[in-house]
Amino acid sequence: MTRLGALVLLVLLGAGACERPPGEGPAVRVGSKKFTESVILGEMVTQVAKATGAQATHRRELGGTTVLWEALRRGELDVYPEYTGTLRQELFAGRALKDDAALREALAQEGLRMSASLGFNDTYALGMKEAEAERLGIRRISDLKQHPELRVGFSNEFMERGDGWPALRDAYGLPQRDVRGLDHDLAYRGLESGALQLTDLYSTDAEIAAYGLRVLEDDRRHFPAYDAVLLYRADLEERAPLALRAVRKLEGSLTEARMVQLNARARLERVPEAQVASDFLKASLGLSTEVRTQGAVSRVWQRTREHLFLVGVSLLAAIALAIPLGVLAARRPRLGQAVLGLSSIIQTVPSLALLVVMIPLLGIGSKPAIAALFLYSLLPIVRNTAAGLGGIPWEVRESAEALGLPARARLWRIELPMAAPSILAGIQTAAVINVGTATLGALVGAGGYGQPILTGIRLDDVGLILEGAVPSAVLALLVSGLFEAVARAVVPRGLRLRE
Amino acid sequence: MFTLEGVSKRFGGLQALHPLTLTLPTGATTVLIGPSGCGKSTLLRLLNGLARPDTGRVLFDGHPLPEAPDALLAVRQRVGYALQGGGLFPHLTGAQNVTLMARHLRWPQARIRERLGVLTDLTRFPAEALERYPGQLSGGQRQRVALMRALMLDPDVLLLDEPLGALDPLVRHDLQADLRGIFERLGKTVVLVTHDLAEAAYLGHGIVLMREGQVVQQGTLDDLEAHPADAFVTRFIQAQRPLPVGRAG
Repeated sequence: MTRLGALVLLVLLGAGACERPPGEGPAVRVGSKKFTESVILGEMVTQVAKATGAQATHRRELGGTTVLWEALRRGELDVYPEYTGTLRQELFAGRALKDDAALREALAQEGLRMSASLGFNDTYALGMKEAEAERLGIRRISDLKQHPELRVGFSNEFMERGDGWPALRDAYGLPQRDVRGLDHDLAYRGLESGALQLTDLYSTDAEIAAYGLRVLEDDRRHFPAYDAVLLYRADLEERAPLALRAVRKLEGSLTEARMVQLNARARLERVPEAQVASDFLKASLGLSTEVRTQGAVSRVWQRTREHLFLVGVSLLAAIALAIPLGVLAARRPRLGQAVLGLSSIIQTVPSLALLVVMIPLLGIGSKPAIAALFLYSLLPIVRNTAAGLGGIPWEVRESAEALGLPARARLWRIELPMAAPSILAGIQTAAVINVGTATLGALVGAGGYGQPILTGIRLDDVGLILEGAVPSAVLALLVSGLFEAVARAVVPRGLRLRE
Repeated sequence: MFTLEGVSKRFGGLQALHPLTLTLPTGATTVLIGPSGCGKSTLLRLLNGLARPDTGRVLFDGHPLPEAPDALLAVRQRVGYALQGGGLFPHLTGAQNVTLMARHLRWPQARIRERLGVLTDLTRFPAEALERYPGQLSGGQRQRVALMRALMLDPDVLLLDEPLGALDPLVRHDLQADLRGIFERLGKTVVLVTHDLAEAAYLGHGIVLMREGQVVQQGTLDDLEAHPADAFVTRFIQAQRPLPVGRAG
């Protein structure tokens, strides 16, 4: 058993040691959110920084604004693309920051800087088919007042949000009655078939290009501005001045129409974001960048290593703590109830919530993922250890005591070997759950099989989803098989006999 | 060997033993007998400290049973114990069950082997079955392994709780004969719990008859028959149904 453990540990250390090679230039760590536009912008920043000789790395598709914001503040990221509206509405929600100057000041207090706008505003907008809008003579939102008969379909979210349809209707005094709430994808199809004439969208959606839509001008400036900017750490100015100056050339380089095209290339034509970014940099900044594409085999192998690292470390740690806890639970029933109760509560916390809670404590990357997986793995092992020990017949327990064996020897020679089948079954359960849950690690930048699943969901690409889901399922089966083999080797022969 | 002074024991709402005083003679076999729930097993378990008395004290070899766990473990190594069904460790072979404690005490291999040989001869246990696990042994063989395990360290005392309880009549008969032979050869102090009066009379020098947590009478079977302490003693003796006389054939 110990030899096996040492071997597993060795493999894991090897897997964990695959950090980036040492280089010359300053390190620039770029982050991006898990939607296509953010990934493209992140790629641009990374490639521009790399071109100046910096050691730039890109943590793609991190799970949400909070994750990136915390990572930037803690210094685990140096720069990521953000929107001024998000800063105002979410990150500084209680502060009522009037203009960008106030925003810059609030950021400065956190040791952060904000670039000028990249040139486009990704906000709520209303859109119609170009031909239909032309026919009805609609250019601006206020033009809609002349057309009360329009068939309108809004996404459910837009219908319900306070700053969505109700506020827009009041602000412009819009007369439309036939307004339906529906799924966003259905709305585009409704426009295409003519069942709908007007819907809500984001002003840089790829579909604007794909469906030939006209974005109506928000002439009363009702929707808040979501200007795209780069957020970066103040210390980047000293650490990587060259890279920062180059990156800031991206300011003002994009328009909504241009961003729509880039999004469409990535989302609809499935061109890799790195390629989309590289082509853009060449065309508009005259910058040639190298795009390295990874072969499928080396990609899967890298993710396998990342995944094994997450699962292995968290599981070994869980075993090391859960078995003693299980012994304690069996020895002291009242304490045992408390231990089991606590680990049951952990089990009910949604995985995503647990991951996000870990970020302020442990940052992004594999650490919060390992901590969350460790906590999830505790319950099955604790419970099965306690159950295995509790299931030992009283006459066996009493015989061991009557022989004069000290408590320690009873535990090692009698109780743990007899509980071994149950304990191993608990570890097996924990391991299989662990392999599946580890796919969520990609949301906090831990990599693993979750990465292609995230990308696949974002691009609606089943092939990519399977590239993560299939190896994950296979790994779960392998792990399960491995523990059955371990059980055959470890469980005493006498316990495998039928009485 | 054992003296109990004013010992009583309560489990929750049940008074398992009322305060009793009793002396168990050295070098003789004493049988604790009585109906189910009379407290005979509890009494046995007080002797090696598996249960602690609520009142009074248990003297072993003239000294009170120690409170400290370590000292108690030392006493237990001088008191062999086997119970109904054997209580064998299912993950260990017969030989491993027998020698577990000796191995824990780091006896030399040769000494362990020698002692095991003596015990297999004594209990007439087939040597080739030593490598089998409890799950592969018959009921009688399991009981013999349990007996060897209790005797491994050559204890001063042997405590047996219904050792022949769950066996079929023929096996039981053979083992009774073997046990009697073993007790005679070893000359140890033996305390044996049973509910079978014939077994008690066959194996024991003295009988302690118990009822509802109290000792009703202590003596030989002849004493109990000739001078019953009360009507219960007579009824208990008569309850052992003799074979019908005047059977056909």
